[in-house]
Amino acid sequence: MQIIAFDELKTDYKNPIDQCNTLNPLVLPEYLIHAFFCVMFLCAAEWLTLGLNMPLLAYHIWRYMSRPVMSGPGLYDPTTIMNADILAYCQKEGWCKLAFYLLAFFYYLYGGYNFEIEYPSVYLQMLFVYETDTE
Amino acid sequence: MITGHQECAVPKEVYHKGPQVKEGMQYGEYVNNQASSAPTPLSSTSDDEEEEEEDEEAGIDSSSTTSSASPVPNSYDALEGGSYPDMLSSAASSPAPEPTPDPDPGPAPASTPVAPQPSKMAKPFGYGYPILQPGYQNATAPLNSGVQPSSTVYSGFQQYPQQYPGMNQLSSSLGGLSLQSSPQPESLRPINLTQERNILPVTPVLAPVPNLNLELKKLNCSPDSFRCTLTNIPQTQALLNKAKLPLGLLLHPFRDLTQLPVITSNTIVRCRSCRTYINPFVSFIDQRRWKCNLCYRVNDVPEEFMYNPLTRSYGEPHKRPEVQNSTVEFIASSDYMLRPPQPAVYLFVLDVSHNAVEAGYLTVLSQSLLENLDKLPGDSRTRIGFMTFDSTIHFYNLQEGLSQPQMLIVSDVDDVFLPTPDSLLVNLYESKELIKDLLNALPNMFTNTRETHSALGPALQAAFKLMSPTGGRVSVFQTQLPSLGAGLLQSREDPNQRSSTKVVQHLGPATDFYKKLALDCSGQQTAVDLFLLSSQYSDLASLACMSKYSAGCIYYYPSFHCAHNPSQAEKLQKDLKRYLTRKIGFEAVMRIRCTKGLSMHTFHGNFFVRSTDLLSLANINPDAGFAVQLSIEESLTDTSLVCFQTALLYTSSKGERRIRVHTLCLPVVSSLADVYAGVDVQAAICLLANMAVDRSVSSSLSDARDALVNAVVDSLSAYGSTISNLQHSALIAPSSLKLFPLYVLALLKQKAFRTGTSTRLDDRVYAMCQIKSQPLVHLMKMIHPNLYRIDRLTDEGAVHVNDRVVPQPPLQKLSAEKLTREGAFLMDCGSAFYIWIGKGCDNNFIEDVLGCPNFASIPQKMTYLPELDTLSSERARSFITWLRDGRPLSPILHVVKDESPAKTEFFQHLIEDRTEAAFSYYEFLLHVQQQICK
Repeated sequence: MQIIAFDELKTDYKNPIDQCNTLNPLVLPEYLIHAFFCVMFLCAAEWLTLGLNMPLLAYHIWRYMSRPVMSGPGLYDPTTIMNADILAYCQKEGWCKLAFYLLAFFYYLYGGYNFEIEYPSVYLQMLFVYETDTE
Repeated sequence: MITGHQECAVPKEVYHKGPQVKEGMQYGEYVNNQASSAPTPLSSTSDDEEEEEEDEEAGIDSSSTTSSASPVPNSYDALEGGSYPDMLSSAASSPAPEPTPDPDPGPAPASTPVAPQPSKMAKPFGYGYPILQPGYQNATAPLNSGVQPSSTVYSGFQQYPQQYPGMNQLSSSLGGLSLQSSPQPESLRPINLTQERNILPVTPVLAPVPNLNLELKKLNCSPDSFRCTLTNIPQTQALLNKAKLPLGLLLHPFRDLTQLPVITSNTIVRCRSCRTYINPFVSFIDQRRWKCNLCYRVNDVPEEFMYNPLTRSYGEPHKRPEVQNSTVEFIASSDYMLRPPQPAVYLFVLDVSHNAVEAGYLTVLSQSLLENLDKLPGDSRTRIGFMTFDSTIHFYNLQEGLSQPQMLIVSDVDDVFLPTPDSLLVNLYESKELIKDLLNALPNMFTNTRETHSALGPALQAAFKLMSPTGGRVSVFQTQLPSLGAGLLQSREDPNQRSSTKVVQHLGPATDFYKKLALDCSGQQTAVDLFLLSSQYSDLASLACMSKYSAGCIYYYPSFHCAHNPSQAEKLQKDLKRYLTRKIGFEAVMRIRCTKGLSMHTFHGNFFVRSTDLLSLANINPDAGFAVQLSIEESLTDTSLVCFQTALLYTSSKGERRIRVHTLCLPVVSSLADVYAGVDVQAAICLLANMAVDRSVSSSLSDARDALVNAVVDSLSAYGSTISNLQHSALIAPSSLKLFPLYVLALLKQKAFRTGTSTRLDDRVYAMCQIKSQPLVHLMKMIHPNLYRIDRLTDEGAVHVNDRVVPQPPLQKLSAEKLTREGAFLMDCGSAFYIWIGKGCDNNFIEDVLGCPNFASIPQKMTYLPELDTLSSERARSFITWLRDGRPLSPILHVVKDESPAKTEFFQHLIEDRTEAAFSYYEFLLHVQQQICK
């Protein structure tokens, strides 16, 4: 979804202000859902999965700490987003995360199939991946 | 709340919003109505822009259809007849049109007659001489062999043989090493920097001329409005990376021009796919078709374009003014409008808290406004309004028919509303008397105020509400930290950290309130200009955002006080005169296009970037400069020329929609040597300065400083590795880059980037804002001031400007070794002039120019030169006036005596000298050399 959004920006379709306004409210929920999953894994004592997710969690925390000065929630600043470096970075970030979520999804599915203990989290993750991919 | 104001001449009504007062309720409701109806005339920002995009597109389509459907050569003539005479005369007077032959701001006016000569001389000399590497002679000669008698004119190339008398013997002995088989261009002559004592030429540094054929050179855009850091564009990104030089454009698009072809026609001919405007660098395939030079699409020549109104002949499309001039202005049709062109609207938002009244700027402002009221750019629709604020916001009803201006006070700063939306912005001509009354009363209205708070944020919100139906210009005068309502700021500066060498914090904004407000304003075509006149820290880093993103400009007067600091007051007055009367363009957008393969990367300046190549500029003024970083996305192997085009679409103050188009053409090269040969060192420095500002805000100041040093180290070591036959102990630079280390050192010692020297945070931030928004000519003076000796001005080499003889003293290098106690020196720092008088200065000079009998009697604070009827006084004054002409900021003149405490100000600009905290030029070179050898 973010990739599409940044592509739209790059190809001139949308105004950066609007785009940031649509994207910014989605950033925090995404991070929170991911953090929630990590907590779930922690509760289920899934150490390997948790280990796999920790780097992303750390990245999310770092990313949110180093966001530009903003009064609302979110990451993206309409005045700097058109800067080619930042735009390219955000796009790359979007692709990497999409790949990670997809892989994670199949991994959880596999894990769930084998051990039949993670059903709730698999469904949640499925739902989440579905949510991030559409639009 | 009102008691303090009761005595003033203007009657007021006080509105309380809230349940306690009945009118307040009414107004509250009224405002709500307003709010619901306000968005209708202008739909949301995004819609507007989308529309504009479509409109532009529609413009192309409709225009091309009209041209094909109805060829109208006759009506064309009629159409053009009215507005063409100036074009006719201009073209008649100069049959081979220069790119932009105009005297312009800065040193250029007078240098136009002189300038071509040195640059023309440079080529033959450079090419003619068998090239020898000075490093070698110097390696055998003592270190100071390069010192020249200071009286001789250094034009680099002429002096060459004198400077190295042993050339023949040396070249024979070292021939195997240094002789090159083919003659090298002058700009590639290697120079051993550590052994060249006088690196700075005595004449102003000129922009290098791109290596194009004569015809294209003539047509190319003037370097004053459009410059590229590399006049030879490398073929691939890999080559650019190898050269380690920044690639980018420096723009000054709305510069004051004295001669500009203005074209009125039904169809504005543009490429159908990339929408480039037709320009001198397109190729005509035949009479009927032209090939776009940016995307290579073949387009049809519309019927109308076949007729040339200049020669009144048919069938010569290549002789049209659009194709003969690289800077043209089109009068745009309604296809280029979103809405009818807006009138000029000016709103003044003034701080009247105790602090502001104490500083006394209101007197200066009212005076300037009264003087320049008739010269404000605009037509009969021009509108003007005033707001003042302390802890409350005051509006002024100036509706025609009132006997005197009416003051309306809104005390609810948490939820600002407009008491009477219709009569606050009034027609300048209909309400002129009321406006004059108000301006006369304003300075004395608040003299007894005890209000110390400042509700800037709410006042700006009110100004935005007031301006949003039309757009226009808001001028904000602020004298302290905003302390009330939205957007209030805290003091963040720690005075003990001013001279810290480690971390400089708080270069970025503390809140995004001002940025958001600026974006809203920009969406409604409103620009906010900030005048900050404060004696204390006012967090310019946060406040500047309101101008940065709304395409405004920022003026800063530290320790402004009308009585205690008269030179600042005078400066404000002069700056205001320029500010109020200069040209202005409204609701502007600027699009920069470049040849396929190149792409825009990052933009610098005051604007909002709306898409990859479109800048939204609510206002454009002639003093705004921009910079763009470029990258090479695809290899440019199949082309030998690249072009850049900026198109600035704006509404003039007369309500005309106009497009100003600049086109620059540059050659593409494939070898590293050619890339180095074409470096425009001044442009490169300005671009680097812009990048360094970004870096210091996003990362840290020390990072930015390291990056600047690395830029020198990398480029010089990259160059060093291309000339393999040199010994590695020497620091070699091509002639085109010889000033690069000097300028970088100057940047490191500039207020914006210096460490170790005590610098107030606001001063630093202001210098950064200046770097981002000043055009190249002015920025260069800020970075590297010019030093002249003025006690012996002669008419030798003088130029004539408007019947005045302006002497041209040679430039001196910025080092105390050049200052002799017997002399008087003038330093031009862009925003300030310093005249340093040596202790042993000739009494005749002091008497003739300064009007004092001897050195001891020169006052400590002298800020002007008396008008004396002596030859040397006349010369000095005409020289200073000439330097001052066309500056956006009027420089203050300081006369500095050798022993006065003010001399530290002067000496800190001598950047080649060592200071406690920074390298001297020679040490810096050694440092660079060390880094290279690592």
